[in-house]
Amino acid sequence: MNLFREAFAWLFAPEQQVGADAVLVRLGEHLLYTAIAVVISAVIAIPIGYWIGHTGRGKQVAVACSGAARALPSLGLLTILTLLVGVGDAVLAATVVFVVLGVPAVLAGAYAGVESVDPDVVDAARAMGMTEWQILLRVEAPIGLGLLLGGLRSATLQIVATAVLAAYVGLGGLGIYIIRGIAIRAYEQMLGGALVIVVLALVLDGVFALATWLITRARRTPVRPGDLGGPGPAETAAGTAQDQTSRSPAAATEGSS
Amino acid sequence: MIEFDRVAKRFPDGTEAVREITLTVPSRRTTVLVGSSGSGKTTLLRMVNRMVEPSSGQVRIDDEDVATLNPVTLRRRIGYVLQGGGLLPHRRVLDNIVTVLRLNGVRRRSAEERGLELMDTVGLDRALARRYPGQLSGGQQQRVGVARALAVDPNILLMDEPFGAVDPIVRTDLQNELLRLQSTLDKTVLFVTHDIEEAFILGDQVVILKPGGVIAQQGTPAEILADPADDFVATFIGAERGQRALRVEDHNGTQVVVDGRGRPAGVLAEGVPRQ
Ligand SMILES: Nc1ncnc2c1ncn2[C@@H]1O[C@H](COP(=O)(O)OP(=O)(O)OP(=O)(O)O)[C@@H](O)[C@H]1O
Ligand SMILES: [Mg+2]
Repeated sequence: MNLFREAFAWLFAPEQQVGADAVLVRLGEHLLYTAIAVVISAVIAIPIGYWIGHTGRGKQVAVACSGAARALPSLGLLTILTLLVGVGDAVLAATVVFVVLGVPAVLAGAYAGVESVDPDVVDAARAMGMTEWQILLRVEAPIGLGLLLGGLRSATLQIVATAVLAAYVGLGGLGIYIIRGIAIRAYEQMLGGALVIVVLALVLDGVFALATWLITRARRTPVRPGDLGGPGPAETAAGTAQDQTSRSPAAATEGSS
Repeated sequence: MIEFDRVAKRFPDGTEAVREITLTVPSRRTTVLVGSSGSGKTTLLRMVNRMVEPSSGQVRIDDEDVATLNPVTLRRRIGYVLQGGGLLPHRRVLDNIVTVLRLNGVRRRSAEERGLELMDTVGLDRALARRYPGQLSGGQQQRVGVARALAVDPNILLMDEPFGAVDPIVRTDLQNELLRLQSTLDKTVLFVTHDIEEAFILGDQVVILKPGGVIAQQGTPAEILADPADDFVATFIGAERGQRALRVEDHNGTQVVVDGRGRPAGVLAEGVPRQ
């Protein structure tokens, strides 16, 4: 408990509120890396996932690639990539690592969402005279939005946790407190940094929970267990909901050791 | 006029759903396809809007081979009530009804006005317009399906067991509404049911299908009743059990009509001039 008190004292100390190393600045960097990676993951994975879901083709390949991507150790990948592109382009290396992490979850959410649409509903839409694009954009995408959000949610949480690694290649972010804390044995600093990451992860999770709740409510679709609490069926490919959400804050500290 | 010219459908898994059917569906009349489950009714119906491509043969609408038409434009000008409703669960009732109008580029305001009128036409309370399909009863959903099919004022109306999910009273109600509608709208209706009573009530022409997708008999209800083509038809229309052979019994001066098993079917009206 003493350590926690010291961590809070460190967090709220005036030195942590100003300058390039202020907590808010680091938080901003962390969020920025996360946001960029999530957006790029979405841009890559949503079209592919929708295509897989709509045509029913390529799912085996996607599952295999996702499995492989998930098996890559982020720290190892980051080290190799940074050496390859040079420290000057570390942002690129880090972004690639985070995107590799995010794509599988978003992909699974996107195709699970489209796949979850009752085939009779798709048939009806086609029989009304909708083109395949209209079916995808006006029927499959909106109905599958809940599952897509689930995929985005786990991608975000994983990336937020792993963005700690940015500090290893000199990019800052909240991971810097942990790395520096280890180096100079400043445990209150390590714990303070870890706490901010945990809170950030919880807040982001809450935002997604709220968004999911809002769309499920607006659509009055029957709420299935898992739809609100977590990513649900999207997770059959992306690991279980508990696994992902409870792992993310832990992974923040994991990455530091 | 819709013509089926020696159409057959064999699905990839080898199922012979329809075998060499030739049939003419006259304009501005109601033709009813009737047959037991799996006799190929839905398959035949869906050939008209190219939701099913025949394995062989041709379907023509007013002498135009549908295979040469763009499926999307074709479907947008044919009204189709799907078996089981087929409403879009994420759209409100009114949005469901105006789906095709909107696809055709009609402005939201005028589409919705038309949608509300259609709700009146099919006997749906306008208060239901903002609900989602999941919040309606089975019968109400089927009415939404009918309203949606009528939205673009199509010449051709395909109706696949549109009154399947409702109790007999609502069913009678909906049948009467369809008859009333048809007397003013004059559509070419191709109607599917497995209920022979419904077929006789609604059909100008009735086509009885046998399992395996062959026509057992076609004709007006009276023709079929008067002269069932074979045992299958006789069984199917209930003639065999004597239900269709009515005779008159005198009960204290009232002429009661009874069926073959002696069950009363009604009374003979007196003083009604013969038409
Ligand atoms: N897509 C398909 N692939 C394979 N077989 C099919 C397909 N669609 C229908 N069939 C088969 O074709 C036959 C005719 O089916 P269809 O749906 O036309 O029957 P139906 O007369 O409409 O029956 P019901 O009254 O039960 O709706 C059935 O044996 C059915 O199993
Ligand atoms: Mg059918």
